Amino acid sequence: MEDLRFQHRVRAPAGGTRQSAIVGVVASGNLEVLVERVLPDAECAVDIKTAAVGFGEVWTAVIGDFVERYSPGGLRFSINDGGARPDTVSLRLAQAVRLIAENGQ
Amino acid sequence: MNTSWQNNRAARDARIAAGAGLARGKIVEARDATRLLEAVIRPGDRVCLEGDNQKQADLLSRALLAVDLSRVNDLHMVQSGVVLPEHLDLFDRGVAKRLDYAYSGPQSARIARMLFGGKIELGAVHTYLELFARYFIDLTPQVALIAAVSADRDGNLYTGPNTEDTPTVVEATAFKDGVVIAQVNEIVETVSRVDIPGDRVHFIVKSDKPFFVEPLFTRDPAAITEGQILTAMLAIKGIYAPYGVQRLNHGIGFSTAAIELLLPTFGERLGLKGKIATHFALNPHPALIPAIESGWVRQIHSFGSEVGMDDYIRARPDVYFTGPDGSLRSNRAFCQTAGLYACDMFIGSTLQIDLQGNSSTVTASRIAGFGGAPNMGADARGRRHPSGPWLKAGAEGDPGGAALLRRGRKLVVQIGETFGDKNVPLFVERLDAIELAEKLELELAPVMIYGDDVTHIVTEEGIANLLLCRTASEREQAIRGVAGYTDVGRRRDHGMVAHLRERGVIRRPEDLGINPLDADRNLLAARSIKDLVRWSGGLYAPPSKFRNW
Repeated sequence: MEDLRFQHRVRAPAGGTRQSAIVGVVASGNLEVLVERVLPDAECAVDIKTAAVGFGEVWTAVIGDFVERYSPGGLRFSINDGGARPDTVSLRLAQAVRLIAENGQ
Repeated sequence: MNTSWQNNRAARDARIAAGAGLARGKIVEARDATRLLEAVIRPGDRVCLEGDNQKQADLLSRALLAVDLSRVNDLHMVQSGVVLPEHLDLFDRGVAKRLDYAYSGPQSARIARMLFGGKIELGAVHTYLELFARYFIDLTPQVALIAAVSADRDGNLYTGPNTEDTPTVVEATAFKDGVVIAQVNEIVETVSRVDIPGDRVHFIVKSDKPFFVEPLFTRDPAAITEGQILTAMLAIKGIYAPYGVQRLNHGIGFSTAAIELLLPTFGERLGLKGKIATHFALNPHPALIPAIESGWVRQIHSFGSEVGMDDYIRARPDVYFTGPDGSLRSNRAFCQTAGLYACDMFIGSTLQIDLQGNSSTVTASRIAGFGGAPNMGADARGRRHPSGPWLKAGAEGDPGGAALLRRGRKLVVQIGETFGDKNVPLFVERLDAIELAEKLELELAPVMIYGDDVTHIVTEEGIANLLLCRTASEREQAIRGVAGYTDVGRRRDHGMVAHLRERGVIRRPEDLGINPLDADRNLLAARSIKDLVRWSGGLYAPPSKFRNW
């Protein structure tokens, strides 16, 4: 296991009012993403627990691109990763943002 | 000077006479199979032991393995598939010495070890069509050991849906004074159709159990990922649609299975029915059933058959090639030729792609061979008939050329996710095939598809159109630009990639109006094997390993 943490300053807060959401599953080659609206509007944090060790550089690139593209201000992401491919990670993060951008609880 | 001119015929007659003592008419009991081979085969003979993609002469393989080494040894095996363990046991035991072949899927690790260990003297690894061609020039078998479903007493053979390589092997052997021995599942009064005429078959061995066939082209829709769905959407909207590709061949991976399952849903919504994917050179892929049932597909010619598809094919003769008995007639040599000359596109997956676009399925410890992909995935320089996609691709590659003198181009598309199984990157700076060639001192690295034949690369990050690249460095950056988070992808020149995107050399999902979040499994026309059975009206009978109900 390896723990990674990324913190970014972002341009704008994420849309919607929902407080939290979960997408994906913890399984080999897959990942679970819990997203919570708990941070100041200009901040974003991503905490990762991953089964695959030694992919820090790839995570840095994936998270950097994600934050740049979606500006997920105010959100904290907690990832349980079962060795997912980077494109799967990008997809799950985008799905999490879409889900929490819905209105409601 | 030898003036007889009939030495080979005399030798063949002597072989047949030697075997005749074990036969009643042409029929030899299974328990005498090894004795028959000892009587007919001479040391050093070129032997084709029919190992097709699917159908295996397994009884004759075991019989050959058991020969007395003082009578039969140092054979030169010329066969398309090295698939069964016995195929390699022959070399371990010394029955065989030299090998020319095309495909070794399930034995790819062991064949690599034996080549490194010097157990096998390798002629060359071929494509199917190339090996078949050599059967008629310099690798003509003296003895062919083939497999069929049934035979009558005259030796007429019925191969069933998996005709595959048999007519080609028999043609080369029987008409050049070779001996043809067939194993059959049963001996009947009258065969249900004659796939091989009896005067080309010298001995028949009745097997106690049916020859071995493996389902190789069944992809369970349940295992298709969102990433594969996204790449499939990109391919349909970014390549099939703009080029209007109607005549094509698909590889056997999950990405192309996803394309097959998206035609009746995503493709239908784009209004593409009847405009793309109407004529195929393709095995009977179960994943294509929903598209066939939805009226997308007009015609399919097949290399071989697929386990479980027989009843479905019988009920759809408008789509498939069938014999007077109603079952599929496949033919690998003709279908390979069809894929090479009559298809405008090949789209398939690979294991490694380098910065020039060369691709290979060889890894340092596995030699899977080529099979048919290089014929499908190559521009046919002898092609002369025009078609829309072919001319458009030719014009993109050579915009300044004179239209009436400009060759068209086949679309050769590599599709895959940037990371494969166990997060192994698809893109590499240097192919493992080069290391292998150096270790084995080969004159050529085993490249599946040469970069100069590849026109497009599709990944979840986008489409690279290599036809539009004008320099080697543009080509390299176009490839890096769709290589995602692999090392190759992260080492891209961002400015150049942005410029290539402006020119349409690289197209992202958003450039094609595709939202990656729409790449949902609900888009698949079938999401399980059971769905495929339902689409087929119960005619598709999947083998047990694909059933979970």
